[in-house]
Amino acid sequence: MADAMKPKGPMEIRFSGSGGQGILLAAAIIAEGATAQGKQVVSTQSYGPAARGGASKAEVIVSDEEIDYPEVDAPMINLCLSQAAYGKYAADTRPGGLLLYDSGLVEPDDTVAGCELCGLPFTQAALERLGKKVVANIVAVGALVEVSGVLPADAVEQAVVNRVPERFRELNSEAFRLGRRLAAEARDGTQS
Amino acid sequence: MTAAPVLLQGNEAVAEGAIAAGARFFAGYPITPSTEIAETLARRLPEVGGKFIQMEDEIASIAAVCGASLAGTKSLTATSGPGFSLMQEMIGFASMAQIPCVIVDVMRGGPSTGLPTEPSQGDVMQARWGTHGEHSVIALVPSSVLECYTLTIEAFNLSEQYRTPVIILSDALVGHMREAVVLPEPGELRVAERGTPDCEPEDYDTVMSDLDNILPRPPLGSPFRVHVTGLVYNRRSGAPDTEAPEIASDLGRYLREKIYHHRDAIVRVEEMEMADAEVAIFAYGSVARSARAVVKWARAQGAKVGLVRPITLWPFPTAAVEHMAAQVHTVIVPEMNIKQMSWEVQAAVGGRAKVVDYGRVDGKLITPAEIKELVKREFYYHDWRDS
Repeated sequence: MADAMKPKGPMEIRFSGSGGQGILLAAAIIAEGATAQGKQVVSTQSYGPAARGGASKAEVIVSDEEIDYPEVDAPMINLCLSQAAYGKYAADTRPGGLLLYDSGLVEPDDTVAGCELCGLPFTQAALERLGKKVVANIVAVGALVEVSGVLPADAVEQAVVNRVPERFRELNSEAFRLGRRLAAEARDGTQS
Repeated sequence: MTAAPVLLQGNEAVAEGAIAAGARFFAGYPITPSTEIAETLARRLPEVGGKFIQMEDEIASIAAVCGASLAGTKSLTATSGPGFSLMQEMIGFASMAQIPCVIVDVMRGGPSTGLPTEPSQGDVMQARWGTHGEHSVIALVPSSVLECYTLTIEAFNLSEQYRTPVIILSDALVGHMREAVVLPEPGELRVAERGTPDCEPEDYDTVMSDLDNILPRPPLGSPFRVHVTGLVYNRRSGAPDTEAPEIASDLGRYLREKIYHHRDAIVRVEEMEMADAEVAIFAYGSVARSARAVVKWARAQGAKVGLVRPITLWPFPTAAVEHMAAQVHTVIVPEMNIKQMSWEVQAAVGGRAKVVDYGRVDGKLITPAEIKELVKREFYYHDWRDS
């Protein structure tokens, strides 16, 4: 990712998708990774009354200074895991920022300009390579870290391990590394 | 050595604060956006020898909390607007019977089922006047995860000291927000313990609380003879007496004054950039975070804007508002309701400054951009380089 991705001042990240996709967990993992790095961190969440299927959004701000307003209006990193989330939030991406989406679930359109688009098949890869669609959010977190360099990958992988029950740790670690690999391959134009 | 920061949610911080304050009983009924408080305490209380119970509804929950507190255990419940409405009768009972307890209301959009997952500040007046009759109450408003922790401890301290229910007015944003925090070490914050009256049990009938010496409540089952009633009672004997107007007047005034007489000691207000402010923003809870960003923005451009943030919402910080009114020409009151506290600000300002109210009831946090627009209108000739 370009140097523009590491501006002075706070780094604002948004995660969006549908209830059940693990949006809130994805945000919590990034927030926890940033906390372990000694950063100021604020994370907020917003979701509808339905546990599954409704709109879900979470935001994380990472800063070296005190964070006042806790929400994100124009994210520098904008991750969309559903078409509905893309339609609602993609255009908010800050100019020069990164719009990351699940290419198997989202059909990008031309309403988004001035930012880097990166579509990767998080859900399909989770299903085909790990046999578990449910870890698509962790695949996305891995890709987000690889593309943006927002936090050291090992700090975030540790946060993944800390956040999930013991019997799912290996699966989630693999999902995280799969996400990093997908992003690296897309960047380098290679295919595994 | 300072402890490493941890990522904690506002609701989790309330639960940890309750444990640190010595609370060992929680009764509640789950409701968004407060449920994580119950979830955390269901796990944590048994670890410290406490009890967690999920009741059949909110009325039973606050009743169980009153019962546990009367038995001598620091107790709390947590809910949101609909449950807070159901609890009002027993909050009145706790006021009348002078039962220390803590009620956490994580505010969401209302009335009724409203906006279950979205923040609001619509219960601030209900916290003051939701239960009927003349009474006083203490309400604290956290605006950060750390304050969710520290104010929960303070809520228990105040409830013990003044023998009163204390309400924590959190909201869906603060409650669900996660922040990197360094919690105070055990022993770093004062924890008020439940005492016993400084007299022999047989002399208990001869001593009586006054405003400067509020006696602790002896637990049921102790050698002290304790009378608990929701009727008007004689403050010396504790026995019901509804025949004597002077008894009713003495109790009614005492219940109000035991808080108001001490409000200088109870009320906490945070001021920011107020020394030379010409315009003040009066904001509390999550909205105060947006206001703080606006004060920094205005000051960076030379506009004299300050923030008055009540941490204690009830009793109302009248003295701080009067002081502010004597200095600034305008007070801006942004809140996630329509005019609830701005009326109260207006009453204390008493015409000495202009009061601008700004409300939102759509479940969205008031943004810095919205408050900036209000500020700009109060500086006619200012050159705003950065909008």
